Amino acid sequence: MRSYLIITEMEMVLMYLKVFLVGGLLCAVGQVLIDYTKLTPARILVSYVVAGVALGAVGIYEQLVEFAGAGATVPLTGFGYLLAKGVKEAVAANGFLGILTGGLTAASAGIAAAILFGLIMALLFKPQDKS
Amino acid sequence: MAIHMSHKLSRSTIRLTNSPAIVASAAVGGKKEGEGPLASCFDILCDDTTFGEKTWEKTESRMQKDAVNKALEKAHLSTADIDFLFAGDLLNQCISSTYGLRDLEIPFLGVFGACSTMAESLALASLFVDNGIAVHAAAVTSSHFCSAERQFRLPLAYGGQRPPTSQWTATASGAAIIANDANGPFVKEICIGKITDMGITDANNMGAAMAPAAAQTLQTFFQDTGTSPADYDLILTGDLGQVGSSLLKELLNRENISILDNHNDCGLMIYDLERQDVHAGGSGCGCSASVLCGHILNEIRQKHLNEVLFIATGALMSPTSVQQGESIPGIAHLVHLSSVKWA
Amino acid sequence: MKPTAKEYDKLNQQASKNTKSYITIPKAFVIGGLICMLGQAFIDLYQHFGVEKSVASTLCSVTLVFLASLLTGLNVYNKIAKHGGAGTLVPITGFSNAVTCSAMEFKSEGLILGLGAKIFTIAGPVIVYGLAASALYGLILCIIRLF
Repeated sequence: MRSYLIITEMEMVLMYLKVFLVGGLLCAVGQVLIDYTKLTPARILVSYVVAGVALGAVGIYEQLVEFAGAGATVPLTGFGYLLAKGVKEAVAANGFLGILTGGLTAASAGIAAAILFGLIMALLFKPQDKS
Repeated sequence: MAIHMSHKLSRSTIRLTNSPAIVASAAVGGKKEGEGPLASCFDILCDDTTFGEKTWEKTESRMQKDAVNKALEKAHLSTADIDFLFAGDLLNQCISSTYGLRDLEIPFLGVFGACSTMAESLALASLFVDNGIAVHAAAVTSSHFCSAERQFRLPLAYGGQRPPTSQWTATASGAAIIANDANGPFVKEICIGKITDMGITDANNMGAAMAPAAAQTLQTFFQDTGTSPADYDLILTGDLGQVGSSLLKELLNRENISILDNHNDCGLMIYDLERQDVHAGGSGCGCSASVLCGHILNEIRQKHLNEVLFIATGALMSPTSVQQGESIPGIAHLVHLSSVKWA
Repeated sequence: MKPTAKEYDKLNQQASKNTKSYITIPKAFVIGGLICMLGQAFIDLYQHFGVEKSVASTLCSVTLVFLASLLTGLNVYNKIAKHGGAGTLVPITGFSNAVTCSAMEFKSEGLILGLGAKIFTIAGPVIVYGLAASALYGLILCIIRLF
């Protein structure tokens, strides 16, 4: 029993290490793009989402998510992967209509949360000067 | 009073024969400016960068009004004494100036020269006085970090990094009252710059976009007046920052003009670059205006400085032109200030 | 001699300091990695309470979006982002920050044409092109299915 617990703890440490490394790496690539190209943050984010859709479509991102969990789902490439996954499932279920419904259905929680929390925070707070 | 008119030395350089005087000036600043090396030079400083107003635009308007009123108070004048008011700022349609100054009921001429506006309005006000069109004229400009960010860049709460070449828009305003007077500082000459564009497209590197304009105006002025940098105690550019200043020196060096000994830049003076995390320095209409009106003019009054060239530079772009990939044209206007009148 | 535009660009590059990438990249790596670890902790926590894995992942996104939105409102997110760079931009928290900061900023132009219309000023392209890419993928899938 005791040895079993140690193994799961070890596994957990390993999992979090993988999450940290993959997530960190995806962010570090973004920083390289900011520092060495004239790409604006908005362009970088768009590239990440589109890359996530592409990698999701060819099935690579699925493996990365299995390997690194939140390390792959939390970066915006994960958002793209989610869109691709949603479209794939919806097309399988509903055919052509799935092209339109799949993406937003899969991403709906994240988008709705961003809009609603954004609205609430904007009503509660005012922007402040930077110092 | 004005028997002689201004004398045109060349296409761009005008000698103000009667040496109109800056009889009073005032500077207003925000929190960061109050933490900078020139803090003691400001007449009004506000720790709360909103100045108690509801929007950043209202705040900036308020700062212009405060600057003009303070300058009037120091000159023992009222708004009714001012014949013409020249004002400008960075916001669309110059709303900081128009909304801030609408209650003053002074004949108003709005000017836009981006961050060069203080030199432009000061030059125009001085010309009006030198030629007897105005007995008293005033010049005022302003900028506010927050109103500029939201118009030109990104929302304040956006999490982004500023590149090292970027400059920090000063939350400041400066106002000057010009009249014929026995005491200086005096405006002796002005040199109107040409629009200069060397193809810089990076909106995060305004200094580089404006340096060629400053170099061209300075070169023209030295040529037209037959003077050299050694004839001046201070050659003060407005808001070239670190990158632009070093480019200006390099450009002038190529023309065999050295300003290494007596050059300084308002954008480098208003903040402590390292401690205040402003990257390449300050910028904005209010930066050069407040450094001039709060600090430099006093130095001339106290004769710590006698001959000063004030060259305010502006980047004449808009967010639309930058998004459309246009390069950024620069402009620089020069005002020659002195502690003594023309003989 | 006046330099040509090309020569001037060279002078400009010499005069402009580069970003200290030996600081920014490791910082982005660590801060981005930590945000992802926090996300994993939420997934594990929700799963611990018996939530199914895919739902836990969605709940994790919602939680991170909420936290980033709140920190944006409290004017804290931009202070972290000054150090985090891409580490705070690339995770879903950066998306949330982009939405909330736009909503806050343009509230002064009214709730409808200010806040409401400009809420997606920065984050909009992500949805537009993400959706477009996924629709293209769906179209390809449909065409493949025809054969």
